[in-house]
Amino acid sequence: MDYAVVVALQIVSGVATLVIVSLGLAVVFGMMRVINLAHGEFLMLGGYTAILSYGHGINLWLSILLLPPIAVGLIGAVVERLLIRRLYGRMIDTMLATWGLSLAFIGGVTMLFGNSVTGISAPFGSFAVGRFHVAGYDLFLVAASVVMSLVIWVVLKFTPAGLIARGTMQNAEMAAALGVAPDRVYAMTFAAGAALSGLAGGLIAPVSGVLPTMGTAYIAKAFITVITGGAAMLTGTLVASGLLGTVSTVFTFLTTPVFGEVALLAVAILLLRLLPRGITGRFLRRAL
Amino acid sequence: MTISRRDALKTALLAAGSTLAAPAIMRHAALGADPIKVVGIHDASGGLDIYGQPMIACLDFAVDECNAAGGLLGRPIELINYDPQSNIQLYTQFATQAATKDKAAVVHGGITSASREAIRPILRRFNTLYFYNTQYEGGVCDRNIFCTGSTPAQNVQKLVPYVQKHWGKNVYIVAADYNYGQITSKWITKYVREGGGQVLSADFFPLDVTNFGPAISKIQAAKPDAVVSALVGGAHISFYRQWAAAGLKKQIPIASTTFGGGNESILLSPAEGDGIVSAFSYFQEVDTPLNKAFLEKFHAKLGAKAPYLGAELAMRTYIGFNLWAEGVRRAKSIDRMTVIKALESGISLETPAGKTTLDPKTHHTTVDVFVAEVANHGFKVLETFPQQPPLDTASVCDLAAHPNENKQYEVDVKI
Repeated sequence: MDYAVVVALQIVSGVATLVIVSLGLAVVFGMMRVINLAHGEFLMLGGYTAILSYGHGINLWLSILLLPPIAVGLIGAVVERLLIRRLYGRMIDTMLATWGLSLAFIGGVTMLFGNSVTGISAPFGSFAVGRFHVAGYDLFLVAASVVMSLVIWVVLKFTPAGLIARGTMQNAEMAAALGVAPDRVYAMTFAAGAALSGLAGGLIAPVSGVLPTMGTAYIAKAFITVITGGAAMLTGTLVASGLLGTVSTVFTFLTTPVFGEVALLAVAILLLRLLPRGITGRFLRRAL
Repeated sequence: MTISRRDALKTALLAAGSTLAAPAIMRHAALGADPIKVVGIHDASGGLDIYGQPMIACLDFAVDECNAAGGLLGRPIELINYDPQSNIQLYTQFATQAATKDKAAVVHGGITSASREAIRPILRRFNTLYFYNTQYEGGVCDRNIFCTGSTPAQNVQKLVPYVQKHWGKNVYIVAADYNYGQITSKWITKYVREGGGQVLSADFFPLDVTNFGPAISKIQAAKPDAVVSALVGGAHISFYRQWAAAGLKKQIPIASTTFGGGNESILLSPAEGDGIVSAFSYFQEVDTPLNKAFLEKFHAKLGAKAPYLGAELAMRTYIGFNLWAEGVRRAKSIDRMTVIKALESGISLETPAGKTTLDPKTHHTTVDVFVAEVANHGFKVLETFPQQPPLDTASVCDLAAHPNENKQYEVDVKI
């Protein structure tokens, strides 16, 4: 019984991790259709922000929750201004440019901080489930994923900014005709996506440790999740994370982490074969 | 080939260094001529850099020391370091380059067993002598290679009895998913059974896995007396972090065949690392006059840049170079076969790690083995076992009788 609870907790935290690392991409790719291959490096920069600020004596919570989104959001705004803005609507060119950006970030961070793993100890300690011990930080990640999703939902659904952003993504010309400057909306949205990725990096830093190439471990999963999710970016990401995270964790328990990853990919391929436009391309089409 | 900034910088530094060293070289007029080329292939970047960087520092130090003493056979040593970036493809490329372009007298390198098995056949084919200076799973039987690190009959055979005596009979194995982890797990299983215990399960993880949550739950469900880890590289350090975060440090102790090979003990906080037990043929904390003298010299030369040497990998690289140098001195030549024969004549060196003797039949070494515990970012040596021969490889490999043999034997144990 206790074991079932522990397994369930692991599944939930596996799902939460997928949600956290995918949300930033969901905004940038799901809403803006910009294929940002530097998404993983935004995570990595968030992780480094957290580790460095904590190393300089800044409070742990500020280091994990506040500084990474601010720093990476700013970086995102600069990247949008210098690079992405020139390439809207040119998907292949964007891929190439952001891939180059990703390599540049990896190289730059390696030069600055060296190519080695650093980390911080996870806060919260542990709690007991029967005779099992579970890290408290796992539950915190679950809570964080819920809060992040809720905030995105509230912003998109109930604030004027969210309405304008959604309107602009749907029909930029109409939005412009109504007096909105699409350029600024795109820039803000991209920066917001980057900030979410930065936050994700800060959140996972205590669990995974941080190194310049850590983004590569997450970017594929994030893309698979967002694409499997389909058109409704928030609902899609949540549903896809739930499905893929569960399958992957269950298989990891039953076999090894290798088959956990294999199962995740197999399910994603199967789903895209059956539902080429993603889960929300068929179900929950009117959701956000 | 691409030239990274790191390489460019290194070249520039080398150039600057050699300019500064010129007066010293000119003093030994004979050193001016025709240097002996030695190639080092160690990961200076990527997930394995936690091992590679101290190894490179020690190889550099050994070569400098040799050159300061007049080089070998009146010729200076030219060390060429390649960085394969934790990428096996680059290993094969650099090994080929070392053999064909550089025409190296010897190649020191390879960290993981996967990288060793990638370059061993290449160096054998090109008749280039090869030194592998890492503790590994044992069993390599090939006259072209000398393995100077310790093997399971030396380290696991000491680690497992320590675990069973102090913590309990039954263990759970977590290991890296490639030849080293797989074969070492078999050895661990063998010794655990000989001690009257059981291996409850063995889990294997690819080198880039960082999420050990499910594994940690499985371990708790299995209720072992101890966990034995053969995890490798930077990503796997997450295991120890997540283990401590789950509050299991005090419940189930960890022993490891790999922990400390790099700078793991520095990276983890004392709360996460302290109490993990390892067995190796050297720890920086080994208390001998030779080791003290070595560390003084090493730190005087490198200053603040001196890496923490941790367990044996870096020290064995230093010793490996010196064993080869001794072979060259005895052979009075750098010709591969002549040097191999000299190395097979029974070479023994007093080293900072204790006496190291090359075994002619297996090309492995007899070494002192230490069991040590992580304490406050370093190690505390608990037990010392002097002069342990490489019995595992010796039981299957006899290069004196079969000089043309070329294979890696594996222990036959079912987990």
